[in-house]
Amino acid sequence: MSPLNIKKGSSSHSAYDLRDSNAQAEESHTLAVIVENEPGVLARVIGLFSGRGYNIDSLTVAEVDHTGHLSRITIVTRGTPAVIDQIEAQLSRMVPVHAVHDLTADGPSVQRELALFKVAGKGEARIEALRLAEIFRANVVDSTLESFVFEMTGTPEKIDAFAELMRPLGLREIARTGVAALARGA
Amino acid sequence: MTKTMTGADMVVQALKDQGVEVVFGYPGGAVLPIYDAIFQQNDIRHVLVRHEQGAVHMAEGYARSTGKVGVALVTSGPGATNAVTGLVDALMDSIPIVVISGQVPTFMIGTDGFQEADTVGITRPCTKMNWLVKDTANLAETIHQAFHVSRSGRPGPVLIDIPKDVQFATSTYVTKEKIKISHYQPKLKGDIDAITALVELMETAERPILYTGGGVINSGPGASQLLRELAAATDFPVTSTLMGLGAYPASGKNWLGMLGMHGLYEANLAMHGCDLMINIGARFDDRITGRVKDFSPRSKKAHIDIDASSINKVIRVDVPIIGDVGHVLEDLLRVWKSRGRKTNKDGLAKWWKQIDEWRAVKCLSYKNSTTTIKPQYALQRLEALTKGMNRYITTEVGQHQMWAAQFLGFEDPNRWMTSGGLGTMGYGLPASIGVQIAHPDALVINVAGEASWLMNMQEMGTAMQFRAPVKQFILNNERLGMVRQWQELLHGERYSHSWSDALPDFVKLAEAFGCKGIKCSDPKDLDDAIMDMLKYPGPVIFDCLVEKHENCFPMIPSGKPHNEMLLGDADTQGVIGAKGAVLV
Ligand SMILES: Cc1ncc(C[n+]2csc(CCOP(=O)(O)OP(=O)(O)O)c2C)c(N)n1
Ligand SMILES: [Mg+2]
Repeated sequence: MSPLNIKKGSSSHSAYDLRDSNAQAEESHTLAVIVENEPGVLARVIGLFSGRGYNIDSLTVAEVDHTGHLSRITIVTRGTPAVIDQIEAQLSRMVPVHAVHDLTADGPSVQRELALFKVAGKGEARIEALRLAEIFRANVVDSTLESFVFEMTGTPEKIDAFAELMRPLGLREIARTGVAALARGA
Repeated sequence: MTKTMTGADMVVQALKDQGVEVVFGYPGGAVLPIYDAIFQQNDIRHVLVRHEQGAVHMAEGYARSTGKVGVALVTSGPGATNAVTGLVDALMDSIPIVVISGQVPTFMIGTDGFQEADTVGITRPCTKMNWLVKDTANLAETIHQAFHVSRSGRPGPVLIDIPKDVQFATSTYVTKEKIKISHYQPKLKGDIDAITALVELMETAERPILYTGGGVINSGPGASQLLRELAAATDFPVTSTLMGLGAYPASGKNWLGMLGMHGLYEANLAMHGCDLMINIGARFDDRITGRVKDFSPRSKKAHIDIDASSINKVIRVDVPIIGDVGHVLEDLLRVWKSRGRKTNKDGLAKWWKQIDEWRAVKCLSYKNSTTTIKPQYALQRLEALTKGMNRYITTEVGQHQMWAAQFLGFEDPNRWMTSGGLGTMGYGLPASIGVQIAHPDALVINVAGEASWLMNMQEMGTAMQFRAPVKQFILNNERLGMVRQWQELLHGERYSHSWSDALPDFVKLAEAFGCKGIKCSDPKDLDDAIMDMLKYPGPVIFDCLVEKHENCFPMIPSGKPHNEMLLGDADTQGVIGAKGAVLV
């Protein structure tokens, strides 16, 4: 084996996974961080991002294993490959962190976000909003004579697209949950 | 056997179970129950400090010189905030310490109670891990976990914040054997393929170098032993960071001296010119790399580190090996031996010839004086007069620290305690007391600058009270010497606020504390004065008046590569460009 051709680890946060340092373009990565569900863990993780100047585009957290006392933090972040590697290594070494999965690097994954949209309007705009909602498979979860609240689940891109379409039709407010993601396959 | 006890008793019991012999601390309202428990036992010694920063640095000195976990105990609010500098210092230098802080009772948390501070919030980025214990039932387990986390993997500081009601309440004590296994179990063994890849590089390298750091010392004395074996068997040259001094003996034949900003010419040029760099437990700190773009441009680099995040953080390496230095070196030697102990003998012979040429530059030479004590001379005499003694050295931060690293020789690990990563002025005096408490019969010297020393000088009271005969060897240039040097080189000799005016009379100060003061300003008196210091059985404050405008060389100016180093007689005008001046 040639000295520089070290077997790449399967786990993407291993330092063996060397990528081209000249590739300076920023990439978006979705990380799933499995942490002990104890006070201060979220602050610790967020503090790492602010303290070291990393980006957070989206963040969700909830307990996923009640008996095991584990929470899953899903973080969408941006950075050059070297920065992404650092983020993963820095997360991995935190004491309450059990595992870090880079869903972007590890293969195909599904990403979903839930959003609520309040759209107010009358006449044509109102009808158009409802028509588009059907096309996007958004549900009406509240309606008055002047407004709708739509609920939609989809990729962040789909939610962005729907929001763009609603804007001229009277979009008043959006609430988004942030991304939840899982790797595809077993 | 299960035992019910108060939280305060649990603290003491857990410390005993963890093998703690001494706690450095300072009482206050929120830790009174723990102090009461300490009062009623004789197994754990408590050293009363004069400021909580001192307690943490003492715990660091204790830990660094013994390889054990150091412990400090502080009260809530100001006690905890005073501990912050020490925590960050230990974090940067990977020193295992446990700090226990008191907190207002749980029902008062969040009400801005008297001496309430969000201690876990403040110290979260300053610790490897911290805990607020809200229930006495979890206290013993948390303390045992804290010790495990502090000493495992890359060691570091941890903090346990204990509200006062949790100290009073009773619950069942959990022994350290009974706690649930922590998932935090850093991997010790390195990947054998990667180790083999490194061995292949070692077999052919023409210009190899072992670049060692504090990780070798943290890995334990066995790692230093293996490093020595590796250097002897391969005949590779060895250099070390400030933190790693002593892992390889200064008298060793392959020793090049310290590297880095004030490192030796031969060490830095060898780093720059090598074709194989083997980083063993160091972290490519900016004091080492200089300008990253030009750092050792023609070498293949291997990096052994227990912390994966250190690898490829600053410098991209070709062979990363994640594991404990001792374990990896053992495997490395085994694989290298099993493949026939090959090295490139011709290449190495040429390499050593080149290194000897660099050595011949004698980069540490300085112009001595018959009338003024040169700081370098003072350290040379200190070295000569203490050689072979059971000696531990601590330092403060500044020029004196760099000169100490250059002019004192360390034969063994754990003998050199200095604030490397954080560069904390005020570290050395309390650290020396921590070392002396751990090694009562040893000679412990703090090589200090007068300005740094004043930052925690109140700890002389601690030295007196606990009969720690520490020797404070102050190289007094009446200047913030390192700041002054930078102002000379970078800021047009405008010495803005780098002059220590109104210094105390150190001899009178010593008398005020009840210890011995010695003042020396004539090189002819120096040896006798040092001997007086060494012979005195108690603490000594030695005021060594030295040349005021001496510069510390060699120096790689900020933002310059290794091969653009300044030597003592270099013209130092305008050496650092505007870009370098931005760097620290
Ligand atoms: C707490 C702290 N404040 C400021 C500094 C910046 N600093 C680094 S060296 C130095 C001067 C140290 O003076 P002295 O202790 O007399 O040592 P000398 O350089 O003169 O040997 C200063 C102010 C520091 N390292 N630590
Ligand atoms: Mg000074």
